[in-house]
Amino acid sequence: MPDLDSLSILFVWTAIAIYAAAFVAYAFDLARRSEVSADARLARETVLVGGAGGSAEATEAAASAEPAKPRYVMARIGTALTWLAFVFHLAATVLRGIAAERVPWANLYEFAMIGTLLVVFVYLLVLTRIDLRFLGTFITGLIVVLMGAAAVSFYVGVVPLMDPLKSVWLVIHVFVASLGTAFFALTAALSVLQLMQHRRERRIAEHAEKTGPAFLSTLPGSERLEGLAFRFAIVGFILWTFTLIAGSIWAQDAWGRYWGFDVKETWTFIIWVLYAGYIHARATRGWRGSRSAWLSIIGFTAVIFNFTIVNVFFKGLHAYSGLS
Amino acid sequence: MTSSDPLRPSDHIDGDDSAITQPRLGFIGWLRWGWRQLTSMRTAIILLLVLAIAAIPGSIFPQRMADPNGVTQWQSDNPDLFPVLDAMSMFDVYLSPWFSAIYLLLFISLVGCVIPRIKHHLKALRARPPRTPARLGRLEDHREVTRDAADADAEAARSIDVAQRQLKSLGYRVERYDKGRTYSVSAERGYWRETGNLIFHLALVGVLLVVGIGGSFAYTGQRVVVEGQTFVNTLLDYESMNRGRFVSDDALSPYSMTLDSFDVTYQEYGSAASGQAGDFSANVSVRENGDTHEASVRVNHPLDVAGDKIYLLGNGYAPTLTVRNADGDVVYSNSVPFLPQDTNLTSLGVIKVTDGMPEQLGIAAFFYPSAAQLETGAFASAHGDLLAPLLTLDVYEGDLGIDEGTPRSVYVLDTEELTKLTGRTTDVDSTELAPGETADLPNGLGTITFEDESPVGATDYTQSVKRFVSLQIHHDDSAVWVLVFALLALAGLMLALFVPRRRMWVKATPSDGTIALEYAGLARGEDPTLGAAVDDLVTGHARLLDDPRRSATSEKPRK
Ligand code: HEM
Repeated sequence: MPDLDSLSILFVWTAIAIYAAAFVAYAFDLARRSEVSADARLARETVLVGGAGGSAEATEAAASAEPAKPRYVMARIGTALTWLAFVFHLAATVLRGIAAERVPWANLYEFAMIGTLLVVFVYLLVLTRIDLRFLGTFITGLIVVLMGAAAVSFYVGVVPLMDPLKSVWLVIHVFVASLGTAFFALTAALSVLQLMQHRRERRIAEHAEKTGPAFLSTLPGSERLEGLAFRFAIVGFILWTFTLIAGSIWAQDAWGRYWGFDVKETWTFIIWVLYAGYIHARATRGWRGSRSAWLSIIGFTAVIFNFTIVNVFFKGLHAYSGLS
Repeated sequence: MTSSDPLRPSDHIDGDDSAITQPRLGFIGWLRWGWRQLTSMRTAIILLLVLAIAAIPGSIFPQRMADPNGVTQWQSDNPDLFPVLDAMSMFDVYLSPWFSAIYLLLFISLVGCVIPRIKHHLKALRARPPRTPARLGRLEDHREVTRDAADADAEAARSIDVAQRQLKSLGYRVERYDKGRTYSVSAERGYWRETGNLIFHLALVGVLLVVGIGGSFAYTGQRVVVEGQTFVNTLLDYESMNRGRFVSDDALSPYSMTLDSFDVTYQEYGSAASGQAGDFSANVSVRENGDTHEASVRVNHPLDVAGDKIYLLGNGYAPTLTVRNADGDVVYSNSVPFLPQDTNLTSLGVIKVTDGMPEQLGIAAFFYPSAAQLETGAFASAHGDLLAPLLTLDVYEGDLGIDEGTPRSVYVLDTEELTKLTGRTTDVDSTELAPGETADLPNGLGTITFEDESPVGATDYTQSVKRFVSLQIHHDDSAVWVLVFALLALAGLMLALFVPRRRMWVKATPSDGTIALEYAGLARGEDPTLGAAVDDLVTGHARLLDDPRRSATSEKPRK
């Protein structure tokens, strides 16, 4: 019989390698965008300098630099590679589940695999409706780091479930939590870009010499980025609220109380409160904009902290990392 | 803002900031000003952030409510720092005055913010959609269409009738505002957005109240039961009991429960998860109202008895020991629950012989279900199951300190007033016993027997020692209400975040042989799909107007 778990590991590393390639492609895309926008500026300046009767060449350059619908070849390659990596990633996760004869999200290694899988899935799904390929570097970069770290230091072999994990809530609660995390990841990525874009817009308004990375000029404005971030955040927040409730129901069955401020419960609560703060900030004068973006970034930092540091180093009832 | 807008704190993004003014002099003025600050969005954000930060220490320091042993351990590791941190409630963060102050302020702010909004929303629910703005073109989502019509006036009126029906069927509340020769319909939808928001915030208050009040009527008790023993649900029979303020002495339902057997399976020795225990099941007979039924208590599957929930918290071995004095009289016989120390169930137990001996005897014993000797000569357990059970014990003599009236844990031997007779630091070796064996106590005090509990005909040790379970009996009628409010909050949240609140207007202005149709939408709050909704309205309206069953008109978009 083939060892499915080994095959799963092989697929994991294949996926990591392809994600890394996708990362490179996306990075080239951003660099290329910088060039394109620099060319465009140059061209525009030449046209202006040249006056009404400016050289035909410059006008042509200006026209080609800003086509009606820019075709970002590298971004396309990046997305294609991400799809390919996703397929391996999915196969690895499914194989792991078959090898373990249960849902493949019952220890830290598996949480990392399913969590990253869902981040990519949500990203690819959104791409079919909104062009967010400028997030590609961020997403694939994050995925490579998280998957790589998990494969190196969180890996554990397949072992039978511990009793408290034998519950339908494992299927629901952990899955929804991972899905929520995926939405928060996209939110955070957009919030980071929003801050960068905001700084650029301010500098432009101040007629500053340097306005930051040039690729930003091919991205939506900071308000649009903020709006997008917020839309992902509210979906994430609802999923997180559900996670909190489902976790409490499970805790009631497994530990005899629905809430006990166990470290993991505490951090789930902290994250929930932080995002509630973010949602309020978005609706508050003086907080909408950069301040709320910082809250979203802090919120996602807490998510990552909860997932890594709390799981590995904090002592509590949620001792399911499988590491010893 | 119009009266049907949701009411918002003055620093809300859609709010009316004229309200933030310096307080009028005078006490009342200051009070008003203070209240407005407390119920502002800014305060809500700050309090939420402070709440998040305040919750952090509780995840760093062990908490008495979740991990009392951890607190004791921390205290003995950091004796100097402990009193300082304890004074700051670092070990009871979630019950501390400062944590309570934060969330109470937050909830006062919440209630103060929500009550005026409820009043306002109740009015808004009855209000009519607002008058059609004179210049719709000023709105961002605005479309214009011109249609040819033979009788422009009649057609303008008709097209607004159609739009009115169309909007109504889309779930809008509609109101006609015809003025002179212009006809218009004003429509509004999405009242559920504000309703959901209010439900959400109120449900949070509900959760807090139910948790607070429910706790006073709840109780949680712990009890260790050895195989064969019976537990009776009375206060006396609990080892420990936490009960809310309003739980009376006779609140416990009369039932009793015998632990018939305890099942556990182990992953085979040498397999991937060697020794991992699972499939725990405490098989019990419950006697309630005169009849008996069998049931089991398992992890994730608490047992419901008479409104109580019974949980399986832990398990271990309870070796049966018999002590006889020099005359051969039995002075002690009991199955003693031993506390597990590691995953392979190396367990620690204490036996206190109070009578029948020249002096009181204390015995500190280790139990190894699968004993293996380390190179140092010390024993360890290599597996959780009873593969090679071994008991080692040391005997102490003297005053157990039981008579002074201070409560003593049955699991702790206070050796202060005792003399050690065997084991390290004495010249007598510790006693080692396998099930069924008997050994002499030192100084001719008598004997001690490790009883073999195996049924007749048993071929191995796997049933030689009884097991115990530690059960938690929990009663909390409020839990279901907490869930109800939590789900209400979730439902409210989804309404508040996904239902778009928007206004739509359709206006028809007739002129010679044509009518000008204007469509405009206005979002109240986040509404990323407004533009698309206006487009849909325009195309839908055109289709309805062109419906062959109605009089034919043609259309051309205005340049
Ligand atoms: C326990 C504390 C609180 C939590 C967890 C919380 C949470 C939330 C959440 C998740 C939302 C977004 C969903 C929605 O739009 O309904 C929201 C909205 C809102 N909350 Fe709170 N809230 C709290 C306290 C407060 C307080 C004290 C105020 C009053 C200052 C307040 C005023 C509002 C308002 C006005 C909105 C609507 C924002 C908008 O127009 O988009 N909330 N709250």
